[in-house]
Amino acid sequence: MQVGLGDYLALAMLLFGIGAIGFLVRRNILIQLMSLELMLNSANVALVAVNRWHPSDHVGQVFAFFVVAVAAAEAAVGLAIIISWFRLKKTVESDVASSLRH
Amino acid sequence: MSELGQGVFWLSALIAVVGALCTVASRRPLRAAFGLLVHIVGLAAILLTLQAHLLAVLQLLIYAGAVVVLFIFVIMLIGPDAEAPMRARGWGVRALNFSLMAVAVLAIAAPLASHDEPWVAVEDCRGQPSSECRPFGGVAAVGSALFREAIVPFELVGLLLVVAVVGALAIAQSKAKATKTSAAAKPIPSTTGLSTASTLASEEG
Repeated sequence: MQVGLGDYLALAMLLFGIGAIGFLVRRNILIQLMSLELMLNSANVALVAVNRWHPSDHVGQVFAFFVVAVAAAEAAVGLAIIISWFRLKKTVESDVASSLRH
Repeated sequence: MSELGQGVFWLSALIAVVGALCTVASRRPLRAAFGLLVHIVGLAAILLTLQAHLLAVLQLLIYAGAVVVLFIFVIMLIGPDAEAPMRARGWGVRALNFSLMAVAVLAIAAPLASHDEPWVAVEDCRGQPSSECRPFGGVAAVGSALFREAIVPFELVGLLLVVAVVGALAIAQSKAKATKTSAAAKPIPSTTGLSTASTLASEEG
C-alpha cells in the first residue's frame, strides 16, 4: 500500500488525540505539560506533510519551525511556573490548583 | 515513495505512537519523560521521510536535547513528590472517556487516511553544480525561505525567547524571595507534602 498524504494526516490526528486525552484525564501537571508537547508535535507533522505534497515553497516547514520555537518557550515558562507552584502547594496534582476560584 | 521509505514510515509511526502512549499512560513522570524522548526520535524519523532534513535535526536538538532534559531536571528537582496519586475512577467512567475520545479521533482520522493526493517528486540536484541547487527541506532552502519571507516573525521569535527566559527567571526568583521572607517570619510546619496539600485543599474548599 502506497503511503500518501492521508496517512500522515491520520497519524497526526492520532497523536493529537493521544495528547488531548492525556491532557484531559491525567492529574499530574508535569504529564499534562508533556501531553501539550505531544499535541504541538502532531500539528508539526501535519504542517510538514502538507508542505511535502506542495513542494514549490517552504511555508509549512517555516511555520513548523516557529511552532518548535514557541513550544520551547512554552516549556521553559511552564516548568518555571510548575516549580514555583510546587513550592507553594507541595504537590503536582492539578486538582489542587484552585487558588483563583471565587 | 520507495519501499524503504514506506517501511521507515510505518516503523517510525509505530515508535512515535508507542512513545506517546507511554508518555500519557505511565504512572511515573520520569517514565513519561522517556516515553516523550522515544516519541521525539520516532517523529524525527517521520520528518526525514518527508524530506524535512533541517526540521528533523532541529526536532532532535531542541526537543530531545533541551525540552526533555528540562523536564527530567524539573522531575529530579521536585523529587518523589512528582508522582501524583492516580485517582481511582470507576471502570465505567474510564471506558466511557476512552471510547468517546477514540470515536472522535477515528471519526476525523478515517476520512483523512482515505484522502489521497498523487505523489509529488521533489527535484534533486543531480547534474547541477552544488552551489546553485537548493534541495527541498535542506538548510539552504529552508533558511532562505525563513530569511526572505518570514524575517519579521523570526526576529519576533527571538524576542519571545528572550522574554520567556527572563520571565522564567523572574518567576523562580520572586517565589524564592517570598518563601525566604515567609520562612523568616513564620517557620513552615514540617509536614509531608501530601498532608500539607490536603490541609490546604480543605482550607480553601
